[in-house]
Amino acid sequence: MSTEIKEMLIAIRVQDQFGVLSRVASLVSRRGFNIDTLTVSATETPGISRMTLSLKGDEYTRKQLIKQLSKLHEVLEINQIDDNNSVTRDLLLIKIHTTSENRQDAMDAVNVFRGSIVDFARDSLVIQLAGDVGKINAFVELMKPFGIMEMCRTGLISLDRGNTCLKDSNMNYINRMDQQF
Amino acid sequence: MKLSGAKIIIETLIEQGCDTVFGYPGGAVLDIYNELYLNADRINHVISAHEQGAAHAADGYARATGKVGVVLATSGPGATNLVTGIATAHLDSVPMVAITGNVGVSMLGRDSFQEVDIMGITLPITKHNYIVKDINRLADTIREAFKIAKSGRPGPVLIDIPKNIQTELAEFTPHTAPEAPYATLIAANDELSMAVKMINEAEKPFIYMGGGIYSTGAGKEIRALSEKIDAPIASSMMGLSAIPYDTPRFLGMQGMHGDYAASKAMNDADLIIAAGVRFSDRATGNKDKFSPGAKIIHIDTDTAELSKNIEAHLGIVGDIKDALARITAAVEPKEHAAWNAACAQLKKYAESAYKNYGDISPYEIIKAVNRRWPADAVIATDVGQHQMWVAQTYKFSTPRTFLTSGGLGTMGYGMGAAIGGALGTGKKTVLFTGDGSFGMNLNELATAVSQNLPLTIIVLNNGVLGMVRQWQTLFYDKHYSSTTLGRATDFVKLAEAFGAKGYRAATIDEFNTILDTVCKDDGVNLIDCLIDQDEMVLPMMPPGGTVDQIIVTRKEISE
Repeated sequence: MSTEIKEMLIAIRVQDQFGVLSRVASLVSRRGFNIDTLTVSATETPGISRMTLSLKGDEYTRKQLIKQLSKLHEVLEINQIDDNNSVTRDLLLIKIHTTSENRQDAMDAVNVFRGSIVDFARDSLVIQLAGDVGKINAFVELMKPFGIMEMCRTGLISLDRGNTCLKDSNMNYINRMDQQF
Repeated sequence: MKLSGAKIIIETLIEQGCDTVFGYPGGAVLDIYNELYLNADRINHVISAHEQGAAHAADGYARATGKVGVVLATSGPGATNLVTGIATAHLDSVPMVAITGNVGVSMLGRDSFQEVDIMGITLPITKHNYIVKDINRLADTIREAFKIAKSGRPGPVLIDIPKNIQTELAEFTPHTAPEAPYATLIAANDELSMAVKMINEAEKPFIYMGGGIYSTGAGKEIRALSEKIDAPIASSMMGLSAIPYDTPRFLGMQGMHGDYAASKAMNDADLIIAAGVRFSDRATGNKDKFSPGAKIIHIDTDTAELSKNIEAHLGIVGDIKDALARITAAVEPKEHAAWNAACAQLKKYAESAYKNYGDISPYEIIKAVNRRWPADAVIATDVGQHQMWVAQTYKFSTPRTFLTSGGLGTMGYGMGAAIGGALGTGKKTVLFTGDGSFGMNLNELATAVSQNLPLTIIVLNNGVLGMVRQWQTLFYDKHYSSTTLGRATDFVKLAEAFGAKGYRAATIDEFNTILDTVCKDDGVNLIDCLIDQDEMVLPMMPPGGTVDQIIVTRKEISE
């Protein structure tokens, strides 16, 4: 099994029942997986939530995480997001220090990154920016010289491109993950 | 028909096939106990001395009968006292439904008297758990709990039921039959063909069976496969009793304290067919050096077990019994005379190597019981040296007769388990325990006596925590930190104080004489056996060690 550490995104659809978030979080932590981000949101179907987990790990981590999560009673579908065939977004809100001298520089950067200014004060700006992880990281880097007062990110959400949907995924592939022929 | 929640609980339990509830009453389950009182002719309740004992009893009942064990406790301390019992069942994949009361829904989250978040506490040690906040969901939740507990890889399910849910009224529609388990996945044909090919090509095939064979009753399938491909068999501790000890080519238990022949042969195999096992660290030793020349076919109903601890060359998910039967039907019959002769040679060497120690050897004690008790007697143990001696020595011939805590290694498991096993089967039951383990839950003697169980308790009393002492001897320069108990407990008087009969044996002759009397008695008997504190469990593969490091005889231990 490959021991190369890779970033991965796992999407699951769960029954929206009492305690489901702590159930997923508890499993992830007690099995020793280190997740970078976890988002929970509503879906097109009432009573069903979607969670997206991003983490780094090797092939063993990937298989165990998917298999262990699939055993949870509330988990309906689970799949790994294919980087090449999906759209992934993170949303950033960032508050920076500005002065009359450097405000225009900040606004230029926001324009180039296609972000938007959502709060404009005498010596600060709150900027909103959506994009993939690389773009957001680059923007945050760019904001550092201004002085970042505070920031938060939503964590990753992701959808497959085209007609592929998580709810149509065939869970049977999980049982075939250990075929090595 | 509108019924109270408490009545719905009882009706649903009966509907799901539950005949015995182990438990302990308290404030948050008074309504349920009232219904148990009113329905005493339909469902039996067994009160334990402590909720932990009740949880272990439900576990022992489930292991011995194959049915779902049910335990009931009140909120707060009643619920937390179940935790060790639930975790024990979880680690050994035992089907159990635990029901706890809680404070009323409006009182939840306010640190009310005897309130505890038992759902949160048991989240990582249950297969699933619930808190029922809507009485209209109560019956279906209980049904689903039974279904989950017994489906696929079994496990414990907890249902927390606030007090107001027990008193409210709701429409109840009885079901005519217990919930059927979820359909078990059936192994794919191409995977099985691959397994068949690997088996046909193997020169030294080896069958390794575990708790999955015990719980699915697939002993017959294991034997048929072994017969057809002429392969030796070893069992993990959890698989013991699933096939009779005298099955041809059966080498016994493998692993840390397993039979030398079983562990060594497994190491030498070129193909391991592992069924219903999880390659625990106690079974494999150093995982990187485990059976280096062997390809591994791993069959289990739980996909997450495949390649979790030991990477399998071929992982097969599905019904174990079915997969084994289909493989057996498709493989070519084989003879591996040289391979089996080598295994037999190992077995012979192992049997001659170990020399008993002390006036009253634990091995002789176990053999003496084995000779006198019926083949279907239920044998329970606690955890420690005595447990390993029983696992190594007792010749099990009937499935589901060995009740022991393998995964969690719960000292104090035995008394409850023996009670549950005896009640569930009605068979004569023996508990082998140590003075350390017995000290943890000996209060359940009260339960055994009150239920008038045919239970014999053999205390292998060495005055020390023998297994820990053994590690201290071998790995900690004989620093016997807190393992020399220095207690003056008189187990004979203790047994009598609880209303049981007590005996003491200091020699094997005394023991045999006592046993002649006790084996004819149908009540609760305790025999305090004074064994040497330096008795060891051998062979022993050091933790994280390899087959080459197995200590087989005492001579190999430098004094």
